[in-house]
Amino acid sequence: MLEITHLSKTYGSGDRATRAVGDVNLTVGEGELLVVVGPSGCGKTTLLKCIGGLLRPTSGDVKLNGKRVSGPPEQMALVFQDYSRSLMPWTSVRNNVLLPLRHKKLSRTDRTRLVEDSVEAVGLTRFVDHYPWQLSGGMQQRVAIARALAYQPSILLMDEPFASVDAQTRGDLEDLVLNVREQFGVTILFVTHDIDESVYLADRIAVLTSSPTEVKELIAVDLPTPRDQIATKELPEFAHLRAHVYRLIKRERPGASELADADALAAAHPES
Amino acid sequence: MSARSWRLVKIGAEILVPLAILLAWQLWTASAHQPRFPRLSTILVQFREMWLFSQFGEHVVPSLVRILAGFAIGSLIGVALGIPLGLSTRARRAAMPHIEYWRAMPPPALLPISVILAHSIGDRQKIEFIAFFCIFPVLLNTIAGIRAIDPTLVDTARSYGIPRHERVRRIVLPAAFPQIMAGLRVSLALAVIMMVLTEYFSSTNGVGYVLLISKNTFQLVPMWAAIVLIGVIGYLINFVFLLVERRVLAWHRGWRAALPD
Repeated sequence: MLEITHLSKTYGSGDRATRAVGDVNLTVGEGELLVVVGPSGCGKTTLLKCIGGLLRPTSGDVKLNGKRVSGPPEQMALVFQDYSRSLMPWTSVRNNVLLPLRHKKLSRTDRTRLVEDSVEAVGLTRFVDHYPWQLSGGMQQRVAIARALAYQPSILLMDEPFASVDAQTRGDLEDLVLNVREQFGVTILFVTHDIDESVYLADRIAVLTSSPTEVKELIAVDLPTPRDQIATKELPEFAHLRAHVYRLIKRERPGASELADADALAAAHPES
Repeated sequence: MSARSWRLVKIGAEILVPLAILLAWQLWTASAHQPRFPRLSTILVQFREMWLFSQFGEHVVPSLVRILAGFAIGSLIGVALGIPLGLSTRARRAAMPHIEYWRAMPPPALLPISVILAHSIGDRQKIEFIAFFCIFPVLLNTIAGIRAIDPTLVDTARSYGIPRHERVRRIVLPAAFPQIMAGLRVSLALAVIMMVLTEYFSSTNGVGYVLLISKNTFQLVPMWAAIVLIGVIGYLINFVFLLVERRVLAWHRGWRAALPD
């Protein structure tokens, strides 16, 4: 359903040009959970922003259901790493979730139902009238996920969504993602730098090289489902996969430090 | 000391210190017998006679109307201009020199223009004059507030395909609101100054007019009563504004308190 061909992104031009994304080819199937994992600063966020239509790629194509992505597509929702900055602090959880529905052609009852269902799916029904900042970090990220679900996307892009929560909360949120995917039948492209997370969640893993990034290897994850934080992680296959991904990424490390941090560049060039 | 008793001390200080100053003033004026500095008690008696409320409708109401009308118009223009200038770098670059020029203009320098161009300085000119100078603090704060919006929030809105006008209404304005409020507060104080200035310059009513007439006729006690009133107006207006701000920006205090480090 999502096809990425020869995608590249260069910031700046001339002598000061920096290539963040080299040449990425990737396909995500209907209903699949594909995890993209790569070394820190390899350009993961840049890649995701290109896929989400927030950044124009320098060359190459992103196609969603055969249609070329030139701006943020309607069937796509993005969940950012920084939950505290992607939620509106001046209004309630309910209104935050409602935000992307206001301009959709929906009846009032449909709108209310969508908000209630998605808030329930992330277990925050009791907190709909709270301000986001009254909630813990993990709960705030749940609000961001509920908002994405209410939007009814066919594909969900998640940019290191659990990088800034503690380990236990992270485990809960990972299971939430797996549940939500079952419940809503949504395709997910999940970006992370956490190797355990990638193996635990994925149907397939795409391991990236350091900047300018490319897909180094695609790995099918054949761990049994449903996954379980304890049982799955005890499996020898889990350990093997984990070690395999780790090696691939570790080999990328030396080069990475010499290059500019591609994601820092993304932050410095918000409009390019 | 508990938080509660601290609060009492602070409120006590806010009331007691001014009372002590007033008492000192009264004692000094009572003993000095200076005609230029009439006794505080005399001024306060005069204050009650003039403003509570025999001349209230004739002079205080027009002044308040001018302050509030000028402030409201100026603020609306400031926000309305600030939105496009905050959003567009190009528009900002084009407009900034003009804004800086007019902002740097001392208000009294423009009074003659107002008189010559309008032939008189009636209510409408006064309100326009007040509004003009109220624009700038609101305008600059709106621009700064909009520019400071978190890029993640902007990306979020974009990724959900939220149309431009919805984005401005639901995200840009609320996000810039704390800073806009800061600008409004400065403009409100300016509006009081401009009110006095325009009325003092040319008027047939208003507290600034009373101030001018009593000065010109050497009626020092009414003059002092007018000065006291102007101070009270400024204080009360700011007080009301802060009450409103506490309510509408309650989220902002909570949010800031919840921020890490």
